[in-house]
Amino acid sequence: MKIKFPQWFYRLASPRWFYEFSGKLLPWFAVAALLLLITGSVWGLAFAPADYQQGNSFRIIYVHVPASILAQSCYMLMAIAGAIGLIWKMKMAHIVAKSCATFGASIAVMSLATGAIWGKPTWGAWWVWDARLTAMLVLFFLYIGVIALHSAFENTQSADKASAVLSLVGLVNIPIIKYSVEWWNTLHQGATFKVTEKPAMPPEMWIPLLIMVLGFYCFFAVIMMQRARIEVLQREKKASWVQEIIKQN
Amino acid sequence: MGYFATFADFLQMGKHGLYVWLSYGLAFTIFAYNIVSVALAKRQFFNKAKRQARREQIKS
Repeated sequence: MKIKFPQWFYRLASPRWFYEFSGKLLPWFAVAALLLLITGSVWGLAFAPADYQQGNSFRIIYVHVPASILAQSCYMLMAIAGAIGLIWKMKMAHIVAKSCATFGASIAVMSLATGAIWGKPTWGAWWVWDARLTAMLVLFFLYIGVIALHSAFENTQSADKASAVLSLVGLVNIPIIKYSVEWWNTLHQGATFKVTEKPAMPPEMWIPLLIMVLGFYCFFAVIMMQRARIEVLQREKKASWVQEIIKQN
Repeated sequence: MGYFATFADFLQMGKHGLYVWLSYGLAFTIFAYNIVSVALAKRQFFNKAKRQARREQIKS
């Protein structure tokens, strides 16, 4: 493609630049994550009012919803980074994609498990094969598939490409998860946050939820950047700047 | 202060204590897993890299 990109786009592609820039960002995201997560959970657990129908089991929302949102966003980043890596043959994009996979799988587990635990007192069932739950389970399998596929290849470039293709194929699952509650008659409730309307719940309930979502995003940023940094050092091991870092550590 | 009258009420969460604390405990465990696994991966990398650098030095 003969498109001319601004300089910052090419700089993003440099593993060394990423390593140095992420090093500066990490402490900020880490502190933000800690503050947001503590504030959100304390507020959600101890201060938010109980739901008049569900009672206190409603407080599970403060871990279940952020986990579900992150499971999807993380997958989207993984797939988009994979696509950028495939199209522009950018090593750094593949590194970012690889750095999302394990976290994404773990957070999908969190969504499924906390959802099941919440389902028991609310619906009387740990699991139903409803559209959203099933699609989220599929997402978890996709994460596992991407991780397994990557480790199955000896050659890093082939591994990157194969994982990227699988991530992209699975990307269709994301709108299915998101719109399942609108398209089908499902047990799972509809969206709490909509772009066009006010939330159905009062601020004392949705503000801690927003805080938790932001906290989860900051935590994801920390984990992803740390994994990416290790991956960068691993792949650029022969470079002198990496040798310097190894010596200094 | 807060929604619950006593700490015992807070732990019991109406009758949903088991579900709420199981969920939060699980979430905390998964967060901890991520933090520990990254820290371990970092340590493993540097240990291996230092061993290799020492071997290169001995060879040369």
